Amino acid sequence: MIRVESLVKKFGDLSAVDGVSFDVGAGEIFAFLGPNGAGKTTTIQMLTTLLVPTSGTIAIDGLDPRTRAHEVRRRFGIVFQDPSLDSELTAYENMELHGVLYHVPRRIRTERIERLLTLFELWDRRKTLVKQFSGGMKRRLEIARGLLHTPKILFLDEPTLGLDPQSRNQLWTHVKHLNETEGVTVFLTTHYMDEADRVAHRIAIIDHGRLVAQGTAQQLKQQTNTDSLEHAFLALTGSTIRDERADAADQMRQVVRMWRR
Amino acid sequence: MSVIYILWLRELKRYSRSRAQVFASLGSPVLYLIAFGFGLGPVFQRAGQGSYLQFVAPGVIGMSVLFASIFSGIGLLWDRQFGFLKETLVAPVPRLHIMIGRTLGGATVSMLQGSLVLILCLIAGFRPAHITDIPLAVMFMALIAIVFAALGTAIGSTLQNMQGFQLIMNFLVMPIFMLSGALFPLANLPVGLTVATRVDPLTYGIDGLRGAFIGLWYFSLPADVLVLGGVASVFLVLGARAFSRIQI
Repeated sequence: MIRVESLVKKFGDLSAVDGVSFDVGAGEIFAFLGPNGAGKTTTIQMLTTLLVPTSGTIAIDGLDPRTRAHEVRRRFGIVFQDPSLDSELTAYENMELHGVLYHVPRRIRTERIERLLTLFELWDRRKTLVKQFSGGMKRRLEIARGLLHTPKILFLDEPTLGLDPQSRNQLWTHVKHLNETEGVTVFLTTHYMDEADRVAHRIAIIDHGRLVAQGTAQQLKQQTNTDSLEHAFLALTGSTIRDERADAADQMRQVVRMWRR
Repeated sequence: MSVIYILWLRELKRYSRSRAQVFASLGSPVLYLIAFGFGLGPVFQRAGQGSYLQFVAPGVIGMSVLFASIFSGIGLLWDRQFGFLKETLVAPVPRLHIMIGRTLGGATVSMLQGSLVLILCLIAGFRPAHITDIPLAVMFMALIAIVFAALGTAIGSTLQNMQGFQLIMNFLVMPIFMLSGALFPLANLPVGLTVATRVDPLTYGIDGLRGAFIGLWYFSLPADVLVLGGVASVFLVLGARAFSRIQI
């Protein structure tokens, strides 16, 4: 369903993604793990038509995102790592807008919005402007929105960042259910190894823009001679802490935060 | 179609919810109207040109439409910074539709803003010559709004962050306004200024508004419509191209 070969993305002389190749089969749940700044989000941005690769090939359901962007976009849904809600609209309006953008018919749209907002306990706050939401509520709304339509491929970029255990549990239960009943292929990234261990069929670990290991959780543990995925991850990527460069958008948000308080 | 509609509606909702902003953006037109309309009134009268308030009101209305529309286009930058842009860019919708919805929304909002300023002008003592010509004035407001909302979209798509904003304001928006003949008659200008006013697309919008409101045409109705229509088409194409090439 997703085929990537020798994918490279350079920003200036920095290689964010440096020759990555992998395959994700139809109906598979694939976890893409790595420390901060390893190239996870950049890879997802290239897979989802938001960035053009420097070199290498991508096939989403056999289609190249560079030349068939529109057809590729019909095939996936995504929950972004960073905020992508319109904070001047209400929770319901954000859902509704998404439903229209993804051509979900009105009747199904109304029904699903209610079901998802209820599932993530936002139904009572549906008429509240998103800018009045707490961080956790915004996150839940992003996820509810990402699940509104049923795509062939679902990208989840650190979806559980900032979520409480209850919502996290709801999310993964729902994702597994989608995968089992609708055959949705899932491509996810996370920092919580237990989640990857629990839901993913296969795992790839990326560090400094390169894949360092690939396989089932069991295989990764065997390969590194460790007893948990967390230890396997640390064995493969080392224990130094990484910093991501703050980009223009982050700096901007900091300035705005400064002014609002 | 429904995509264009919902993105248009989004712009309107955002406008209607930002009352403080609406109020604040009425400040400068009112200042121009009062300071120039009444301040320069006696000089203008003595020069034998009639009432300056009558003359400058269409210019002030045009100015508010210009500002509102160009900023609505640049609002794209905010959507980029706060992430919402990504949500629309990965949707299975032609980017042209997204761009059209946003631009029409921005243009509509600018016309509302222009109408508010018209009301303020009426309160200040501005009197259109013929009530029946108001629809014509609204059409010119629409043309100005589309031209500059499209230009704003083209700029918003190419700028990476807000740092370029001040530059755009000082070297694009203010000159467009100042050189449009909004504040002074186009006749008997020095050569340089004549050329500048002819190149400025807002000149034709202001001329159209002035013609429609007080029957004072420097060019003519067909000329103004033709130029604005042509410039609008060019900017829409440029805007659509720039928008379709956005990368996050």
